[in-house]
Amino acid sequence: MGVAEFFQHLMNGLTLGGIYALIALGYTMVYGILKFINFAHGDVLMAGAFIGLFVFDWLRGSAALGVWTIIAFFLAMLVSMGLSALLGMFIERVAYKPLRQATRLAPLLSAIGVSFILSNGAAWAFGTRSRKFNYPFDNTPITIAQVVITPHQILILAVSLVMMISLRLFVNRTRMGKAMRATSLDQPTAMLMGINVNKVISMTFAIGSALAAVGGILIALDFKVYASMGTMTGLKAFVAAVVGGIGNISGAMFGGILLGILETFGVAIFGIPTGLKDTIAFGVLILILLIRPEGLFGKVEKEKV
Amino acid sequence: MLNFFLLILIYTGIYALMALGQNVITGYGGMLSLTQAGFFAIGSYATAILATRYGWSFWATVPAAALFSALFGLLIGLPTLRLKGDYLAIATLGFGEIVRNVLNNWDSLTNGPMGIQKIPMITIFGFVVNPYKKYAFLVVLFITVFIAYLLFQRLARSRMGRALTAVREDEIAAQSMGINITKYKVYAFILGASVAGVAGSFQAAFTLSVSPGTYTFMVSVMVLCMVVLGGMGNFKASILGAFIIQLISYLPQLTGLTAIIPPQFKQILFGLILVIMMIWRPQGLLGRERITYAKGGAR
Repeated sequence: MGVAEFFQHLMNGLTLGGIYALIALGYTMVYGILKFINFAHGDVLMAGAFIGLFVFDWLRGSAALGVWTIIAFFLAMLVSMGLSALLGMFIERVAYKPLRQATRLAPLLSAIGVSFILSNGAAWAFGTRSRKFNYPFDNTPITIAQVVITPHQILILAVSLVMMISLRLFVNRTRMGKAMRATSLDQPTAMLMGINVNKVISMTFAIGSALAAVGGILIALDFKVYASMGTMTGLKAFVAAVVGGIGNISGAMFGGILLGILETFGVAIFGIPTGLKDTIAFGVLILILLIRPEGLFGKVEKEKV
Repeated sequence: MLNFFLLILIYTGIYALMALGQNVITGYGGMLSLTQAGFFAIGSYATAILATRYGWSFWATVPAAALFSALFGLLIGLPTLRLKGDYLAIATLGFGEIVRNVLNNWDSLTNGPMGIQKIPMITIFGFVVNPYKKYAFLVVLFITVFIAYLLFQRLARSRMGRALTAVREDEIAAQSMGINITKYKVYAFILGASVAGVAGSFQAAFTLSVSPGTYTFMVSVMVLCMVVLGGMGNFKASILGAFIIQLISYLPQLTGLTAIIPPQFKQILFGLILVIMMIWRPQGLLGRERITYAKGGAR
């Protein structure tokens, strides 16, 4: 394999990984605070993609590609982030909050129920066919030193970078971020210190869902929008979160990118048939659970009685 | 109408087998497995392939189906069950998808998306159990369900049942009482998998053809719903749950309202059942069965 080809695959892997990372953040943040897997996260992503699609098509009308379509795209993304955040908060309020004191199994089961309601509700409301999310710009690939890059890939890299940096700043620098970190570290103590834990949890769901919406829109540009789009993507993003160490924000970013690269290289170099591409993430999950169950950046937590 | 009702009963039987298995895993072991569909598929394909290609009789394929499913259960259970329960859920969710993926792509063995047709009917001492006539099939199926129920009921009262209950209630306490947590979890998982494999055999013998499209995630969620609706940790309730869920899923056909009720109606209802039951009645309709050890003295 030549150098150019290597960088080509690396580029493809990075962009795919960027999207996984965005979605993985939602899993990891919720897990960090509530210690449960939000199964419905993938379906919030789907909802985000649908909202983005509708708003974008409505704003765009019949305008030709140009500055306006790009503005419309980002506006659609913002609206979708906002509405998805509300959806995430709503789900938390209705389906998870009453179960905070219940057994471990209860919120998981409830989350599966929510996921089922969302994906089938969408199939009912919008039909089962997949819809095309048109590129808001001319997506003719550019060749830079023999590496072919599409403007879409540049968009993915730019957007995920901005999102991740702003999330880092938010978590590390703001008061709310500090409250989040405290809650994730020790919820009862955080509550005693006067932190409004309910608000923190709502906020966590809002941020995670907004990021999922961005991930959903970015992935929809390549793979269309359909009701069950969240299932596989969500599963992979979860694997990414586990690889990085669930509960760890930097870990999720790294895990997402790593998984994207592994998937691309698995197909391109190790000759794994495209039909079994989805198996890679699963293999990675089993492997990491066997070798290092706490993930690459996770802390080993001793259970105390 | 009667025909539909018989169909519902047959699917109740097939799904009840899976639900019994899910109840061992989730109700007794407290583990969330989302892959009964995967084991169901493995069982079906084991029966289909062994019967059509190697001419095995149905009754010979049943243990093989159970064994295959158990083997895969072991394969996926060993790495994941040593960890916290949540990982199992995702790993099993992935596993179910992988099974379908492989069935779709491994053409030489599974015939891909087309599936395998012309599976021979069940025969008992020369008597052919024709699934189209339903009654005989129903009898054979429910005898199997009843045997499975009795076995599981015995199991719940055995050392293993008590060990699993202990693990579910408090892993650390169970461990300090000398219970090998991983061992019992893996046992439960394997048992649950193998009974789903048997259900798969019956599914293959009932429809006389198998294709990957049957074994979707929805099947796993339906089975989960049956256990949650009936009541976790109660085998009778699992069978009742299987009946109610099947009734719901054929409701549009039963009432003749297929034109009005959207096809997603039942899935949305299943989702709602999970959420609502968790919030208002986590113990299920019948609640957990209390096991007493009155007879046979102190143990």
